[in-house]
Parts: sequence; C-alpha cells; structure tokens
Amino acid sequence: MSLYYLQKFLYVLNRDEAAQQRYHDDLDGLIVDFDLSDEESNALKEGDIGLLYVLGVNGQILMHFAAFLGIEWFDYLDLMRAGTEKHGPVRAGVYATTGGGESFTVEGKDRENEK
Amino acid sequence: MSLVYSGVLSHAPGITGRAHMVKNTAKRDEFYAKLDTQRQEIVESGAEALVVMAAEHFGNFFMNNMPAFCIGIGEKYYGPIEDPEWLKIDRTTIPGAPDLGVRLTKEVMQTVDTAYAEEWKFDHGIMVPLHFLTPNYELPIIPVNINCQGPPLTPLHRAWAFGEAIRRAADLVPEKIAVVGTGGISHWPATPDSGKINVEWDREFLDRLMRQDKQALMSYTDEDTYKDGGQGGFEIRTFIAAAAAAGGNGELQFYTPELPIFAVGCTVARFDIV
Repeated sequence: MSLYYLQKFLYVLNRDEAAQQRYHDDLDGLIVDFDLSDEESNALKEGDIGLLYVLGVNGQILMHFAAFLGIEWFDYLDLMRAGTEKHGPVRAGVYATTGGGESFTVEGKDRENEK
Repeated sequence: MSLVYSGVLSHAPGITGRAHMVKNTAKRDEFYAKLDTQRQEIVESGAEALVVMAAEHFGNFFMNNMPAFCIGIGEKYYGPIEDPEWLKIDRTTIPGAPDLGVRLTKEVMQTVDTAYAEEWKFDHGIMVPLHFLTPNYELPIIPVNINCQGPPLTPLHRAWAFGEAIRRAADLVPEKIAVVGTGGISHWPATPDSGKINVEWDREFLDRLMRQDKQALMSYTDEDTYKDGGQGGFEIRTFIAAAAAAGGNGELQFYTPELPIFAVGCTVARFDIV
C-alpha cells in the first residue's frame, strides 16, 4: 500500500511548475522517484481519475490534478462515478462517495438531461 | 485594542471558478454583494493587515510534516497554485507582513505551539477570499493554516485556543489587525457528492457560532462531523478560531444552500470585537 507516495507525487506535481514540465517531458523519470505499485503508476500515466479516486487519493489533491489535465468540472465528477462503478467503493481516506452517485446541482442534472 | 475586525466567509473554488455555470445568478450576485460588504467593513475598520485563517488543501503542507497550525511570516506570497483558468483568478504576488507576522507568532507561541513559514503558495482556500476582500492585493496578508485536511486533525479546542492567542497577540501590537476565518460548513467537495449540503446541520452550527456557545461548538466530534457534515465539515475549525478571536456575538449576514454548484452553503458573517 503506497497511497502516501501516490498522493505525494500529486502534491508535488500540483505545486511545482518544474515537476509539471517533467510530467509532460519525462513522466516515467518523474514517477520512478516515488515508491508506487504498478496499479498506481499506471493510473498516473493514464490520468485515470476514476481509479485514483477509488485508490483513496484525497479529493482536493485529485481535483487539482484533474484541473491540471484540463478536465472540465462535471466530467471530473463523472470520472469519479465511473471509477466507483468499475472498481468498487473508495478503498481509503475520507473522500468516499456517500450520496449514491446522483448529481446534487441543478446545473449537473440539466447537463445529464441534455446528454 | 488592535483587533479591529473578525469575520468568516466561504472559500470554495467554485465561487470563482464555476461562477459562469450558475443558473441562480440572482442568488450568486447577492452572495457576491455580501462579500463586497465584508470587504468594505474591513476597509472601514482601518485594518493595516489581514490575517486569513484558512484550511489549505495540500498546497504547502503534506503528511510528511503536517503542522496543527502555521503562520506566514513571508515578505510575499504567490497564488493560486491551481490552474488560473480553472479557478478564474490570475496568478499574482501577494504582499506579506513579515515583521508583524513574527511579532504575532512570538506571542501566539506563548500558549499555542505553531509552525511558521516564510514561503507559501496560496491555493483557492486563501485566493478566493482575497479575490473578494482585497481584489487589488493591496492589503498585507498574514496567512494561517489550521489542519482541517490530513487526519489526525487539529482538535477543536485547540482551534479555539489559537483564535484566543491570535486575539491576544493582535492586541499587543500597534497595528490595526483584521481577521477572517475561511472554510466551509457541511460539504462534500471534490467528490461525486459535490453540491450536497446538510442545511439543518449548517444552521445549527451557525447558531452556536453566532451565540459564541463555546461548549456547544466544542461538542462536535470528528466522527459526527464526518457523518453529518462530510469531510468538508472539518473546516469549521477556521470559523471557530475567528469566533474565539472576536469574543463577541456574531451577525450572520448571509447564508444560502441555493448555490450547490459552489459545493458549499455560502456564508458571510462578522463578530463583535469585545
């Protein structure tokens, strides 16, 4: 279990512009400095928000990472929902889903209806 | 007495970042107007520096060395760390108050063990309040972090003690000091439940806060807060510290659960300084 280092990778990435540049130029080299499982490394390399959420990455850290990847707000929420559907409940931390997966905003419901 | 203002306000990133998505624009604009009222009140107080007691979100502090409290003593700060386009706040430099920060820190340390920092990259937890309270970034800022994110969290009674220590320290310096506590009440931010708000729990907390009912405020356990107010509810520590700094009853100037796109019950309040 290396959730600590998974989150630390994202903590560094979120606040360090040099790390952000390396993310684009040399992701493998950046990741190797952190003690991660294959599942965690792959989730980072693929930008798999759903799996990272299920693995227990703190939502605040994950939200910033999603913004870094250019993921729009409601897409970010949907990716987390898809993650729990595919991989099961959040495995660690305090950012578990408690609401059953539905949208709690008028704006989100309107978007779903427009799909 | 040199504490001239104490209040609280919400800081969720959607307040600026998702403003363009809001359907209920009338309520949004009412909220923004109350934030501007708060800005005017701080200006009219004559405050020469603003202490922002915030709950940051792993912008500077991580579980490799997580302080219960930290006070900024830097000459300047940078923010936001988030994508500026995402937060809809331009990246900028914010003036600090290093000498004043050191004097406040020294006095706070007489009763509360606090870390201090000369470097600080502000995330939305501070940038959103500054966007409304000092939009031109003219007022020197002393950032404060209370650990509301990485359990084990700062105990509520220590947040109260910290607020009292800030008050005592502010009263010992000649400068006029304003303080705000910024966080959320019940909310489930950055999860699929974003937008969920427990209005009854919020109103009960705000009632206790406005009445300065310390005993009732201290009775929240982290387990109950997590169940009823979500992980975002842990940020009540910042509101509690602001109440403790003020010492007087509060006036709830604005609260609405009608902007869930902001992921929090939007709140503005001030306290009597007594």
